[in-house]
Amino acid sequence: MATTSITVNETPLVLHALRRADDALVLGHRLSEWIGHGPTLEEEMALGNIGLDLLGQARSLYAFAAETEGAGRDEDAYAYLRDAPQYRNLLLVEQPNGDFARTMARQLFYSAFADPYWRATMASPVETLAAVAAKSEKESAYHLRHASEWMIRLGDGTEDSHRRAQLAVDDLWSFTGELFEADAADAGVVDPAAIRARWGQTIAEVLSRATLVMPHGGWMQSGGRRGKHSEHLGHLLAPLQHLQRSFPGAKW
Amino acid sequence: MTDAKTPNTPLWEVFIRSRNGLAHKHVGSLHAADAVLAMQAARDLYTRRGEGLSVWIVASNAIVASDPDERGMMFEPSLSKPYRHPTFYDVPDEVGHM
Repeated sequence: MATTSITVNETPLVLHALRRADDALVLGHRLSEWIGHGPTLEEEMALGNIGLDLLGQARSLYAFAAETEGAGRDEDAYAYLRDAPQYRNLLLVEQPNGDFARTMARQLFYSAFADPYWRATMASPVETLAAVAAKSEKESAYHLRHASEWMIRLGDGTEDSHRRAQLAVDDLWSFTGELFEADAADAGVVDPAAIRARWGQTIAEVLSRATLVMPHGGWMQSGGRRGKHSEHLGHLLAPLQHLQRSFPGAKW
Repeated sequence: MTDAKTPNTPLWEVFIRSRNGLAHKHVGSLHAADAVLAMQAARDLYTRRGEGLSVWIVASNAIVASDPDERGMMFEPSLSKPYRHPTFYDVPDEVGHM
């Protein structure tokens, strides 16, 4: 018998934590999909490591959300027992892996935001968030470097790798506006909008070294933070949640 | 296309120093396109369990290795010279462990 979904009491701080946690869980899960399919053994390990970093961040943030919500849930409840419309992640992170260039472009766009975001959050008056941020910042600093170095080599590599890298940047560009959306849930924590200039600078620098063209402006997708997701998220959550939904509390 | 004889991901040797005061120790090798990616791969492959404080990467083709066929000439002469080991000295008890 399938377990029914939970309904979360999304106070601003819980919502704030869930947004960050869902970003990390969904992107980490996407990276785990590379296991067994990596372009080289070395890179497969790298993608798995980064995925595990993100999963660790998600766990800490879900645990914080559970404590803040005070409804007696554990971190698993948020990951396994919410449906796609209850997920609060960015549309960017749920986009399919595509080829390696697309995975790296997605990683670059996210990490160039996450790294300065966590650095700013280290000064948060919310002690637990500041602690999670201090740990996450070291991880995201490496994620950013890893993705940057790859984008530079793919863009400035062969004709084929350049074409694929540019296509990935162009296709994912419309998902980057959502990174900087802010509302009441972000008040008193860190305003994502404040990261925009820094993010733009990082992306411009990397893409220029990669001999890739940086898109400018244009129409931006939105909705992930409010649970309006692309069709991809449901397909990602199905294998992620299936076991716990079918066999509640299963352990092995 | 890359010629199979000149792979674009050459081999690199990885050395890790696990603690201050210890020497870098060879831990394995990896394939990477260049030195920067080799360093990233070394970090991801060989320091996942808190093994390292410092990593050295050396291009495998930069290592000069002894020839296994010359093992006799290279190493056997030293086997018959036990007097080179510092085991023929009487150490006074007061010295304790050296």
